[in-house]
Amino acid sequence: MQAIEFVAPTTVDEAISALAAGGGRARPLSGGTDLIAQLQEGRLALDTVVDLKRIPELMAISISGDGLTLGASASCHSINANQAIRDAYPALIDSTHLIGGTQIQGRASLGGNLCNSSPAADSIPNLIAHSVTCNIAGPNGRRSVAVEDFCTGPGRNVLEDGEFLVSLDFPTPPANFGAAYLRFIPRNEMDIAVVGAGASVVLSDDKSTIQSARVALGAVAPTPLYVVEAGDALAGQPVSEESLDKAAELAKAAAKPISDMRGTIPQRKHLSAVLTQRALRIAIDRARGTKTVDELGRLNGHG
Amino acid sequence: MAKKIAVETTLNGEETVFLCEPRQTLLEALRDNLGLIGSKEGCGNGNCGACNVILDGVLVNSCLVLAPEIEGRSVVTIEGIAEDGELHPLQQKFLEHASLQCGICTPGFIVSAKSLLDDNPDPSEHDVRLWLAGNLCRCTGYDKIVRAVLDVAESDA
Repeated sequence: MQAIEFVAPTTVDEAISALAAGGGRARPLSGGTDLIAQLQEGRLALDTVVDLKRIPELMAISISGDGLTLGASASCHSINANQAIRDAYPALIDSTHLIGGTQIQGRASLGGNLCNSSPAADSIPNLIAHSVTCNIAGPNGRRSVAVEDFCTGPGRNVLEDGEFLVSLDFPTPPANFGAAYLRFIPRNEMDIAVVGAGASVVLSDDKSTIQSARVALGAVAPTPLYVVEAGDALAGQPVSEESLDKAAELAKAAAKPISDMRGTIPQRKHLSAVLTQRALRIAIDRARGTKTVDELGRLNGHG
Repeated sequence: MAKKIAVETTLNGEETVFLCEPRQTLLEALRDNLGLIGSKEGCGNGNCGACNVILDGVLVNSCLVLAPEIEGRSVVTIEGIAEDGELHPLQQKFLEHASLQCGICTPGFIVSAKSLLDDNPDPSEHDVRLWLAGNLCRCTGYDKIVRAVLDVAESDA
């Protein structure tokens, strides 16, 4: 690896200063599972690495009446090990349990997964399904962006020079809420999504009607794709195969995949429909309290 | 060249101070600066697990950690697995089950398996295979490794 400077600030303001001092050649470091690999392979040339993990706000996990605030640098391991998250946001574990293997989860963060901005990132469709807000800090102060607006292209996002992601806000799940993330890969573990689908629903009190829904796809467009029309089509509809078929067809129509080593355009279009339908079905089961996170874990090969 | 940094850490239970360049990974610092050559570099990008160490109780790839990051932290490497000159049960069972051939992946597998049994002393075969999915072995076909880990778990039960 090329020579770099290493700094580990302990406050957000110090991190802003350190990034500003480095100009365009300083980058924040969280788990390093993307950044250090890119530095090792010479794909990224930097002068300074700014380790954010000594800043309490970046590592904090807090659940209150306002919902969950997740520090951007908190590892998947720390999320998986957090019983309060498992209870209140079980679908989040769908993603944190399948990003890399055990030792990658020991370091990798959801903030890093989001800022790496891969179209195939396993957490982003799930974050969209959960209506997450991204809290950003930088030389011009703080601002917030809806997660579906965060990524702007492969490896690109809305962060301006010197800005970094501080935390992710998850609203408190409404009553009768359920969510799920599913991905298709040709093996059991340690692979990149051919297609991923995140979905969430809010059901009526008698759990027979879908009040609102959100659907998002991964690996079928230059960015993770929020399929607004699929959620809109489900709003007010009965929980039925016909409703889910309609949403699946809309997701398939929205998908604009490429053919590459992982899959062809027709395969990815087909998978967009199938995974949307399955993720919705699991989200509905969870909203009804009839399927646990561990059962879904088995569907994803984890558990 | 960037100035060297002094890093204070607890390494295999002992307070340790070492000098490193900021660009060095933990794996490089362990092998090149501290002489602990048990951790291996297979891929250098987090795919193979041959460099796995336990950092503050959590399994990580040491090739994806910068050495200065471990300031004030605790690291256990393969050299810290045996106690009082006795092989750890995992090391003993790897020998008995012939769970290694060329041996390059073995330190990573033993550190990963140690981390698994610390987390879950009674794993199923599926648990073992899932936990070890990030460790690659090109010799054994994995079966003998999985059997050795299960044997240790059952012996402790």
